[in-house]
Amino acid sequence: MRPMTNSPLTPGIVPGRLPAAAYASNFGDHEPALDAHEARVAADRCYFCHDAPCITACPTDIDIPLFIRQIATGTPEAAAQTIWSQNILGGMCARVCPTETLCEQACVRETAEGKPVEIGRLQRFATDHAMAKGKQPFKRAARTGKRVAVVGAGPAGLACAHRLAVHGHDVVVLERRAKAGGLNEYGIASYKAAGGFAAREVEWLLEIGGIEVRTGVELGRDVTLDQLKAEYDAVFLGIGLAGVNALRAAGEELEGVRNAVDFIAELRQSTDLSKLPVGRDVVVIGGGMTAVDAAVQSKLLGAENVTIVYRRGQDKMSASGHEQDHAVQTGVRIIHNAAPVRVIGNGKAEAVEFAYTQDGPGGLKLSSETFTLKADQVFKAIGQTLAGQPKDLPVDGGKLAGAQATVWVGGDCAAGGEDLTVTAVAEGRDAAEAIHARLTGA
Amino acid sequence: MADLSANFIGIKSPNPFWLASAPPTDKKYNVERAFEAGWGGVVWKTLGSEGPPIVNVSGPRYGAIWGADRRLLGLNNIELITDRPLEVNLQEIKEVKRKWKDRALVISLMVPCEETYWKDILKAIEDTEADGVELNFGCPHGMAERGMGSAVGQVPEYIEMVTRWVKQYSRMPCIVKLTPNVTSILPPAMAAKRGGADAVSLINTIKSITNVDLDSFSPFPMIDGKGSHGGYCGPAVKPIALNMTGEIARHQETRGLPISGIGGVTTWRDAAEFMAMGAGNVQVCTAAMTYGFKIVQEMISGLSQYLDEKQMSLNDLIGRAVPNFVEWQHLNLNYVTKAVINQDDCIKCGRCYAACEDTSHQAIAMSEDRTFTVKDDECVACNLCVNVCPVDNCITMKTLPEGALDERTGRKVGTYANWTTHPNNPSAHAAE
Repeated sequence: MRPMTNSPLTPGIVPGRLPAAAYASNFGDHEPALDAHEARVAADRCYFCHDAPCITACPTDIDIPLFIRQIATGTPEAAAQTIWSQNILGGMCARVCPTETLCEQACVRETAEGKPVEIGRLQRFATDHAMAKGKQPFKRAARTGKRVAVVGAGPAGLACAHRLAVHGHDVVVLERRAKAGGLNEYGIASYKAAGGFAAREVEWLLEIGGIEVRTGVELGRDVTLDQLKAEYDAVFLGIGLAGVNALRAAGEELEGVRNAVDFIAELRQSTDLSKLPVGRDVVVIGGGMTAVDAAVQSKLLGAENVTIVYRRGQDKMSASGHEQDHAVQTGVRIIHNAAPVRVIGNGKAEAVEFAYTQDGPGGLKLSSETFTLKADQVFKAIGQTLAGQPKDLPVDGGKLAGAQATVWVGGDCAAGGEDLTVTAVAEGRDAAEAIHARLTGA
Repeated sequence: MADLSANFIGIKSPNPFWLASAPPTDKKYNVERAFEAGWGGVVWKTLGSEGPPIVNVSGPRYGAIWGADRRLLGLNNIELITDRPLEVNLQEIKEVKRKWKDRALVISLMVPCEETYWKDILKAIEDTEADGVELNFGCPHGMAERGMGSAVGQVPEYIEMVTRWVKQYSRMPCIVKLTPNVTSILPPAMAAKRGGADAVSLINTIKSITNVDLDSFSPFPMIDGKGSHGGYCGPAVKPIALNMTGEIARHQETRGLPISGIGGVTTWRDAAEFMAMGAGNVQVCTAAMTYGFKIVQEMISGLSQYLDEKQMSLNDLIGRAVPNFVEWQHLNLNYVTKAVINQDDCIKCGRCYAACEDTSHQAIAMSEDRTFTVKDDECVACNLCVNVCPVDNCITMKTLPEGALDERTGRKVGTYANWTTHPNNPSAHAAE
């Protein structure tokens, strides 16, 4: 067998650009966990604010000062319980939340000295510690005999299912993909949830009992909403955003042009990253977390040049500043205020031509000045859209609008709130409480 | 740079920072390292009588409590007086004193309360050329069970008796080290003075248990599943020591008795506070045990800078705060202050609000946007908000001028008046 000779300089989309050992270190834990002493020191910085601003900033309203005090006093298990009572996916949220725009932005120490309490890392410390003990901390209430269908095993669906199970209802979760977890499993960068954390968290969550997960079942294809409404006492839809926005630029159909979410999902499910092909010159179009995750992971797979191109200014990028910094530190170049005009190539992508843009009161305008970037691989990361939803549900601003009779909605597919894991968890949890109230007449 | 050289009861040292009698001064090796680092003097770890040496435990001798980041706040020990043979200590003291003539070297002593023991030990140390003796009437653990240490310091008659013997059998300056394990520090200080002491030093350690192990249910430090009380020291005891120092410095019967201040001195600032409260010098132990001998360099530079800035000599500092240390009944009851929150500095943590609303006088208002303001008509000026605020100087106390309206009482701020003349005081007498 010929030895692997590809390098970052090999033209085209090829696997194995790096020495075998590089993959494990590149895709290991991005931000290492705090050890016990570091956690104690970090926890000591919390002022235990009155009516704390960090709680208000958290979409799931975790009692942050309380859990930090519980860490400081040597009871991380109690801290984890405080977290999970509001957010059953607190372990994942500790890893993927843009804390710098949520709790840590609100932290009074951010105001005081520009260095917030490390809430995200402390949350991870507590939840990791308690999960390592291996016990599901919640018990089911006595069975109510009520049955609820949850469509979508992403953060919203899982949070909803868990809370329903806690209240004693029987839950069936229908998931179109092969695994539960939704974007946690398929949609975020590997180094944010190293060590198969997403799957471990799902497994741990399901230990509550009373939740049956049926994978490979797609709403509209394998089952209809009417069937679910007839068969179950309530239905929760957490179907996410299955559609991807098109580039609407010439050459989009060329080989090498791909949805960033598909690349990320493939990468996440890959068991041998050295076999995963990546371009030499990668261009990612978009300005959100998906763009950053695709770009950074391309770089970590050994692409020589990776460029994110975003059509508006840096202040409009939905990827957090922390994410942008991480991308730049990894070697990704970010170009602002430029939009793709066409993908150039003969059968295969070779380059992308961009026009500079001006963002004014009249909207975004393309200027006549253009530039071209070499690109054998182009990732589209310009947003996801609602797709495959039941036809008779009202839609508001491209998203499902609120509960209808026995159907509740939550997560990215639902109107209101940011498209964040933590928001999805909050919506799933709250829907579960509303369903519980309806089913029990409480 | 200010001159820090000190003359304490005739004992000269290049600076007023001495190491207290304790583990750091148990032998020549340590003491020489201390002198090399710059310490002005040491009180050698307490010597006992001739004979079989003291035996220490071979398990943990120290317990501690910590603040954030394991900052040591309080230390407790169950170590006894020196466990080395008397002759070894005497030989080393002699060698060190000969080599370090400009440094103060005082010997701490603890022997049974019988005249012959004191006579013998004083004779034994006579030719060490040490500068003085310190009588250990303070240690509250171990030796106290044998009728020594704090067992003596708690009985003024014994203090006076032993001090007399020491002054009778020795020409060395004599410092009496007092125990804080008493209801009032004044009777022991007066007894020392009556006995002829040249000075007192205080405080020795406070009887304490730092913590209880919640698995073995033993107090700490734990020796084979059991614990005994130790002596508490370090930053945590400083307030107790400062008060006792000031009480001796201001009382008419003990005023002027030189004091060597001990108890939680950690920085130059602590030392300056002890001296302002009446101490002629200070002794340090826990800070050195925590950070090593080098801290004295910060103490020297800090105190020098302070004295330079104040244009004071070391002697100007000593006792400077004593006239302002008064009894409660002499505090001005017409002095009215109100808390003021600086909105530019406020980080909106709300701790002042929680403290005032939950535990005090409901005198802080909180708005929807987390602006915190003081209600002058409710504020009693307790200062709790100032103390719990994490931002230095964000909350301050503003003094109302005479004649201004106190919105809480509806009365105008009057001239000085204290409890002794207050109408609510049944024993009040008319102002003179």
